[in-house]
Amino acid sequence: MPGMSEQGRAATAIQGRSLRQIAWRRLKRDRVALAGGGVVITLILVAIFAPVIVAILGHPPLEFHYDKVDPELQVPRGHFGGISPDFLFGAEPVNGRDVFSRVVYGSRISLLIAFAATMLSVLLGTVLGVISGYFGGWVDTLISRTMDVFLAFPLLLFAIALAGVVPDRAFGLTGDTLRITLMVFIIGFFSWPYIGRIVRGQALSLREREFIDAARSLGARSPRILCTEMLPNLAAPILVYSTLLIPTNILFEAALSFLGVGVRAPTPTWGGMLSEATHWFQIAPNFMLFPGLAIFVTVLAFNLFGDGLRDALDPRSR
Amino acid sequence: MGTKRPAAALAALAALLLAACGGPSTGGPDRGTSGGIHNPSDAKGGTLRYADSGDWDSLDPADTYYAYTWNFARLYGRALVMFKPAPGAQGATLVPDLAESLGRSSDGAKTWTYTLRPGVRFEDGSPVTSKDVKYAVERSLDKTTFPNGPTYFNDLLDLQGYTSPYADPDPDKLGLKAIETPDDRTIVFHLRKAFSGFDYLAQIPATMPVPRAKDTGSKYKEHVVSTGPYKFQTNELGKRFTMVRNPEWDPATDPNRRPLPDRITVDLNVNADDVDNRLISGDLDVAIEGAGVGPSAQGRILAYQGLRANTDSASVARLWYTALNPDVAPLDNIHCRKAVLYAADRTGYQRAYGGGTGGEIATNLLPPVIPGAKRFDLYPSPKHTGDIAKARDELAQCGAPNGFTTGISYRAERPKEKAAAEALQQSLARAGIKLEIKPYPLGDYTRLYAGKPDYAKANDLGLIVYGWGADWPDGYGFLAQIVDSRVIRATGGNTNLGIRDPAIDQMLDQALLTTDTAAREQIWQGIDRKVMEDAFVLPGVWARGLLYRPPNLTNVFISDGFQMYDYLPLGTTRR
Repeated sequence: MPGMSEQGRAATAIQGRSLRQIAWRRLKRDRVALAGGGVVITLILVAIFAPVIVAILGHPPLEFHYDKVDPELQVPRGHFGGISPDFLFGAEPVNGRDVFSRVVYGSRISLLIAFAATMLSVLLGTVLGVISGYFGGWVDTLISRTMDVFLAFPLLLFAIALAGVVPDRAFGLTGDTLRITLMVFIIGFFSWPYIGRIVRGQALSLREREFIDAARSLGARSPRILCTEMLPNLAAPILVYSTLLIPTNILFEAALSFLGVGVRAPTPTWGGMLSEATHWFQIAPNFMLFPGLAIFVTVLAFNLFGDGLRDALDPRSR
Repeated sequence: MGTKRPAAALAALAALLLAACGGPSTGGPDRGTSGGIHNPSDAKGGTLRYADSGDWDSLDPADTYYAYTWNFARLYGRALVMFKPAPGAQGATLVPDLAESLGRSSDGAKTWTYTLRPGVRFEDGSPVTSKDVKYAVERSLDKTTFPNGPTYFNDLLDLQGYTSPYADPDPDKLGLKAIETPDDRTIVFHLRKAFSGFDYLAQIPATMPVPRAKDTGSKYKEHVVSTGPYKFQTNELGKRFTMVRNPEWDPATDPNRRPLPDRITVDLNVNADDVDNRLISGDLDVAIEGAGVGPSAQGRILAYQGLRANTDSASVARLWYTALNPDVAPLDNIHCRKAVLYAADRTGYQRAYGGGTGGEIATNLLPPVIPGAKRFDLYPSPKHTGDIAKARDELAQCGAPNGFTTGISYRAERPKEKAAAEALQQSLARAGIKLEIKPYPLGDYTRLYAGKPDYAKANDLGLIVYGWGADWPDGYGFLAQIVDSRVIRATGGNTNLGIRDPAIDQMLDQALLTTDTAAREQIWQGIDRKVMEDAFVLPGVWARGLLYRPPNLTNVFISDGFQMYDYLPLGTTRR
C-alpha cells in the first residue's frame, strides 16, 4: 500500500495544489472525520425535513395516544416502551406521544439554537479578536480584560436567572420565538471569548509576518489589511473552532432545557425530554434512551468532524 | 446479622398464615376506606422502624404542621381531643383524649369548655393540670419562636394583644385572658367570633400539655416531655430519634391507645427512593410521610402481584384542580368558563396524576373522604372525556364561537402539573380554546405569580393549575382558604385563586355559627355546589396515595382522619 500511494504521488507531483486542495485530500483520508461529517449532514437534513420524515414514519409530535399507555401504570404498553413499526422509538409515558417524532423535532430546536448561537459568538469573537490582536496596546488590554470578565461569568446561573425574569412578551416577540432568541443571545453572547482568544493569538503572530509588513509599506490602511490580509488567513482556525463550539452549545442548550429554562412545553427538546424521563427511566427506559442517544450522537459527530477538520487544515497542531 | 434472616423468614411465614386464614388482603390495592384491619393483633414487643424522606418540621407540639406529624404526635402527647384510632370513616370522628368529653359550647359557639381526665401524668411523674394545657396553647401563639405551626388559635382566640408567654409579665406566664383555668381540671376558651368546629382545633398538637418548668422555648423540641405511651430515648435532630415506653402513662386514663411495640425508631432525611426500596426489602416498616410510594417503586409494586397484595390505596382529603381566573378576559364571562368545564377531558387529567392509582376523577370540590361530602356533576360528559358540542354552545353564548386563547400556569417543579397542563391544552383545543403553557417556580407560585391577582391578570393566566389539601377532614378545614373572597390579598400569597362570590362568603359565616354537624355539612355542600355553578374551578382529581405495608406490620388500617396508616395501633411481628 505505501508503495502504491508513493507511485501515485510521484505521478501527479508536477501539479501545484492550493491549500484548500491539500486540506481536502487530508480530510478525505480521515475516515472517522468523514463519518462524523456524514452524520452531521444527515442531522441537518433531518432537522430541515422533520415534518416530512414525521409524516412518513411517525405521528405529529404533540398528538396524544392514550391507547398506547397502560391506564394504571401510565407506562407505554408493549416491549421497551412500546417500540413497534408504528412507534419507532416507542411512546412517552402518561400521554403516549411518539418519542421518534419528538426526537426528530427536537433536533430542530437543538441545531437551530446551536448554529445561531455559534454564529453570533464567532461574529463577535472574530471581530473583537482581530482588532485586539492587530492593534495591540490599550485596545488589546481592554478587549482581553473584557474577555476575562466574560469567561469568569457564572454563565449557567446567569442564564437560569435571565430566562426566569424575562416576561412572556419582550422585544416584540412571544412564545417559542422569544425563548429561542433568548437562548441564542445568552449562549452566543457569553461564549464569544473562546473564539476571540484564539483569533487574537493568531492575529498577534500574523501581524509580525512579512506579507503584512509588505502590505503596510505599500500604503494599505488598517481596515484593508484586516479584511484582505488577515481574515483569509484566519479562516481555517475560525472554521475549526466554530465546528468544535457547536457541540458545546448543543450541550448547553440541552442543559438549559433540562433545567426547565429553555423552550417551553409542549415544544419538544432533547434536554426537556431527558428531564421528564428522569422520573420514568426505571420503568420506561426508551423515554430516556433516545433523546440521550440523540444528544450523544450529535455531539460526538460534531467533535469528530471538527477534530478531523483541524488536523486537515493545520497538521502542525496535531 | 446471622439471626436476622430466620426472623424475617418467620415473619413472612406468619404473614402467609394470616393471609391464608382469611386475612383481608387480596387482589389489587384495597380501596382504602373499605374499613378492614390488616393483620389484627394484640401481641406486644419488638421495634417499629419508621423513615422520613425529609426532616421533621419540629417535634415540638406547638411547632408542627403535617398530617403525618400530627398522626405521630399522639404517641408522645395527649391533646384535649383526638381523631379516633379506627379504620375508615370512623377515623375521622373526634373522641376526647386528655378531656373527659368533647367540648361544651356556650355563648353561641364563642365559648368552649373542657374538663380534663384525672390521673394523667407527665413522664417525670408530675400531674397534668389545665394550666399546662393553657401554657401549651399560649406558647403556640408565638410565631417568632414557633413559625411552623398553624395559626388557628391566633386567628380565633380573643387575644386582646397577648403575643407570647415569653413576653408575659404574669409571674406564672398564664396572662392570656382568652383561656381560663378555674380549677386544675377545667379549661375554658373564649373566641373572638363563633367557631362551631372548635373540637377540630382542640385536636391540634398545640393543646398537648407542656410543663412550664421544662420549657426551653425553641430548644424544647430536643426533649419533649411526654404524656403519651412513649417517651424520647435519643434525639439527634435531622438524623434520627428513638422512643421507648413511658412508664408514667396509665392505660386506665386512656381508652384510645393500645401501644404494641416496645421501641420506635425514626430515621430522618433518607433518600425517598431508598425509603421505598427498604420498605419493599423489609428493612423498614413504615414510610412515615404516608404520601404513598414514588413513581418508580409504584411501577415495580403494581407489576408484581406478590407486592401488590400488600398495598392500600388511601383516599386523601386533597383535590388537584385548575382555577378558572375570572380576572382574565374572556373568562370573566361565566359561559366561557363553562365552555372550559365542558371541553376538558377529565381522564387526561387523571392520567397526569398517575391514573386510578393517583386518584379518582373529581367532579366537584369536596373530596369524598371528608365527612358529609357529596358527589355531583354539573358538567357531565360521556366517560368524563368532555362534551365538545356543549362547549361550543357555551362559547357561542360567551360571544367567542371560534374559541379563544389564554394562558395556563403550573408549578415548574411538579411534573404531574406539567402533564396536566399539556393534557388540558390538547383537550381544550378540540373546542378551539388555545392554551399557552407557562411554568413558574413552586416557591413563589402564590406569592409572586399565579396567587398575585395583578400579575395573573397582566400575564393572562386564565387557567391556574393548583391543588389543595385539608388541614383536617371537615368542610372548613378544606374550603376556608380557597373559596372565601375576603382572604384574597392584592399583595399576593393567595390560595383563593379568583373565587369571588358574596353568597359563598355569607354561607361560610353561617356555617361557623351552626353547631349542629349535619346542618353544617349541608352548608359545606351548598358552597361546593355554588362554586361549581359559578364555574370558578375545573376539578381534576381527588388524590389517592399507594401505601405499602410490609408483611410483618400488624394492626394496619387507613384512618380517614389522617388519610394514611394510623400510627397509634401499629405493631410488628419482627422481634
